Amino acid sequence: MHAVQMKGIVKRFADLVASDHVDLELEKGEIHALLGENGAGKTTLMRILYGLYSADEGQVFVNEEPVVIRSPKDAIQNGIGMVTQHFTLVPTLTVAENIVLGESGSITLNLREVEKKVAEASERFGIPVNPQSLVKHLSVGERQRVEILKALYHDAKVLILDEPTAVLVPQEVEVLFEALVRLQKEGLSVIFISHHLNEVMQICNRVTVLRDGKLAGTVKVADTNLKELANMMVGRENFGVTRQGVRERGKLELRIESINAVDKKGLPALRDVSLEVHQGEILGLAGVSGNGQAELSAVLCGTQKITSGKIFAGDVDLSHADTNDVCDACVGRIPEDRHANMVGELSVAENLILDQMNKFVKNGIMDKERIQKNAVELIKQFNIKANPNDRVRTLSGGNMQKVMLARTLSQNPRIVIASQPTRGLDVGATDYVRTTLLEQRDRGAAVLLLSEDLEEIMALSDRIAVIYSGRIMGILSAQEATAEKLGLMMAGSPA
Amino acid sequence: MKKFRIERAPAPGWMRTLIPIIAIPVTFIITSIVIMLDGANPFTAYYHFLIAPLATKSSAIEVLVKSTPLLLTGAAVAFAFKGGYWNIGAEGQLYAGAIAATFVGTTLVNVPPILGIPAMIIGGFAGGLLWALPSALLKVKLGVDEVVTTLLMNSIVLNVTSYLLNGPWRNPVSMWPQSPEIDPGTVFPQLLPRTRLHFGIIVALAVILISWFVINRTSFGLKMRAIGLSKEGARFAGIKVDKTMLTVALVSGGIAGLAGAGEVAGIHFHLIDAISDGLGYSGIIIATLGGLHPFGVSLAALFIGLIDTGAQTVSRAMGLPIYLGDVVQSTLLLVTLGLFVLQNFRFRRVE
Repeated sequence: MHAVQMKGIVKRFADLVASDHVDLELEKGEIHALLGENGAGKTTLMRILYGLYSADEGQVFVNEEPVVIRSPKDAIQNGIGMVTQHFTLVPTLTVAENIVLGESGSITLNLREVEKKVAEASERFGIPVNPQSLVKHLSVGERQRVEILKALYHDAKVLILDEPTAVLVPQEVEVLFEALVRLQKEGLSVIFISHHLNEVMQICNRVTVLRDGKLAGTVKVADTNLKELANMMVGRENFGVTRQGVRERGKLELRIESINAVDKKGLPALRDVSLEVHQGEILGLAGVSGNGQAELSAVLCGTQKITSGKIFAGDVDLSHADTNDVCDACVGRIPEDRHANMVGELSVAENLILDQMNKFVKNGIMDKERIQKNAVELIKQFNIKANPNDRVRTLSGGNMQKVMLARTLSQNPRIVIASQPTRGLDVGATDYVRTTLLEQRDRGAAVLLLSEDLEEIMALSDRIAVIYSGRIMGILSAQEATAEKLGLMMAGSPA
Repeated sequence: MKKFRIERAPAPGWMRTLIPIIAIPVTFIITSIVIMLDGANPFTAYYHFLIAPLATKSSAIEVLVKSTPLLLTGAAVAFAFKGGYWNIGAEGQLYAGAIAATFVGTTLVNVPPILGIPAMIIGGFAGGLLWALPSALLKVKLGVDEVVTTLLMNSIVLNVTSYLLNGPWRNPVSMWPQSPEIDPGTVFPQLLPRTRLHFGIIVALAVILISWFVINRTSFGLKMRAIGLSKEGARFAGIKVDKTMLTVALVSGGIAGLAGAGEVAGIHFHLIDAISDGLGYSGIIIATLGGLHPFGVSLAALFIGLIDTGAQTVSRAMGLPIYLGDVVQSTLLLVTLGLFVLQNFRFRRVE
């Protein structure tokens, strides 16, 4: 018996075929992984199933019956629930209120009754939540549990989880997996979107692999292995890029002395953070998303002010620097949000000179020829697939990131601040970015790498610091760091 | 069964250029309903609106006269919008420029035009700039929304004008609420004899050329374009967003002020309450229609100038209210903005 079948699903976005005749079959009571690189079409396919997109071609069956799903409401009626990476909870409401939000049964709301029903459901599904807690007081893991409970409360028989582990620390992942296995035994079918092979091997029964919007195959986990899955995912063996050997580190270049900063809501985001990065080393900063990395990156890039502390780049005091001071101090920045930190509607050539305009200007008038020449050279050097006059907005994520790298690194910065530099990139582009960062380190730059991808941190860093709740939990050398040690520190226990 | 579905698809680049051209016939179809409700024939009305003003040399020149301040307010608004500053206050800045120019023109006595005309231009620019200053400072220093403050500044200047004309500047001879005449040495020369076409249109065309050059060829232009497209991206690249935006806001106000100076020095030769009848607001329509491009703005200003002239012709010839011109202008703006949104949607046939 199939809980869900999707047959020949096609979805086009203008010229891009995001889903190209994809088939997916979900058995009742199985945990089925949907595996693929970023941009392989996993989320698109699931958005179609949940009614957020409509397919251009293809047919969906639920319980072997053909169905038409036009909206999430239709999906919920067909017993399909989805938990996305971005939670859809209202922070200022309680758990119980969030769970019944959108129900249109009657005008009045008996909150007591609802709380009781939610508590019962929590008991029944074995997902512990307190119905009266305000969502804003919950941790990310707890919020995810609320999302799952919300789906189950609305009688979901099929649960779609879109990269549920991306936001969790290793210990929370264990809790999630236990709950999923228990629910599976009670007959729930789960579609588990991921690009982490280990997790897939750990809890899934079968795997459907997508590559470039096409079906690469469906296999039983028992009949396969990591290497085969990796091959199916990327279509080639992925050896990855890793740091080679131990280097003698040079003199101190970036000095951060017990800085404090607040987040957008005015709450403390960085507490007495001190870090030192030397020439010719990569200092990795590991941590679960939202523990102060974004603020640290913003502070070092000059887009946010610190409330106390000192920052030095060599002898230059950058404690109260604005972005232009940071540029002048020869600090190269690769921000986490490349869309927001470039000007998408300007051309590649214009973006490439935006932070070093003075070199291309004579008496205030731009030297078009040199700007064009600069663009042609960097496009070649950094292997960017674009023309100088293309608007940056039209580039793929990987090429956009290469434009950012080209702009930053062509100025031979003495310090490089790289924040989530490979997020959202495919394997090829990721390898390229990582290689480039290692080149910078070998050239003698002091590199601070902020990343939520532990594998990336461990592959590239000479030393690894861990940030939790705005504090540095400790710094380990690459030799002594293990995933377990780092995982514990990321969850808040000091080294 | 064949069905149609609406879906989002980004429009190709050439669509942007086409939109104002499509908007015009659509606007005329919509406004002909209003004309028919008034019991008139829309075709005759549009003949008087669009063709009649161009049929004779004198009325064609009058279109240029009407377009002169519109070129400047359009350029002012487009310059600000391009730099991400939503200046809705061109109307008020025009008045401030007119007041400043009147002050210059009535203070100077027996000046040679070689000094008087530049003094009027500088005066008008400075007046508009000063009137734009409070909103710009509030925006840059405190983050106060400039849409609100520039709009409110428009009402304030109307009262200032009224005070001046009924108080210290009241014409001592006629006792009308209008200022004394400006010195002949500060009057903008006529370009063609026995017409009202004056030196202001040359100022306007020069401003348009200069603003094109600044926007597209200078590093300041690249900075302001970057800010206009993405403040965050511009700031990240080390551009001083506040300083650049302040300059953009003040220059925009100055350009609008030139329009006021032109009306005083080229048309009225004194200050009156009704020196502008929404010329600044038309500037917003013109900037939008012209796609914020200086050359597009020129065409749009000429077109709106034609509609303004045409509205008078229609009203004279057919007895329709002169406000029809405003209706056409407003409809045109709404249709244009609507098309800018709608261009991103497609009909697709589904089987």
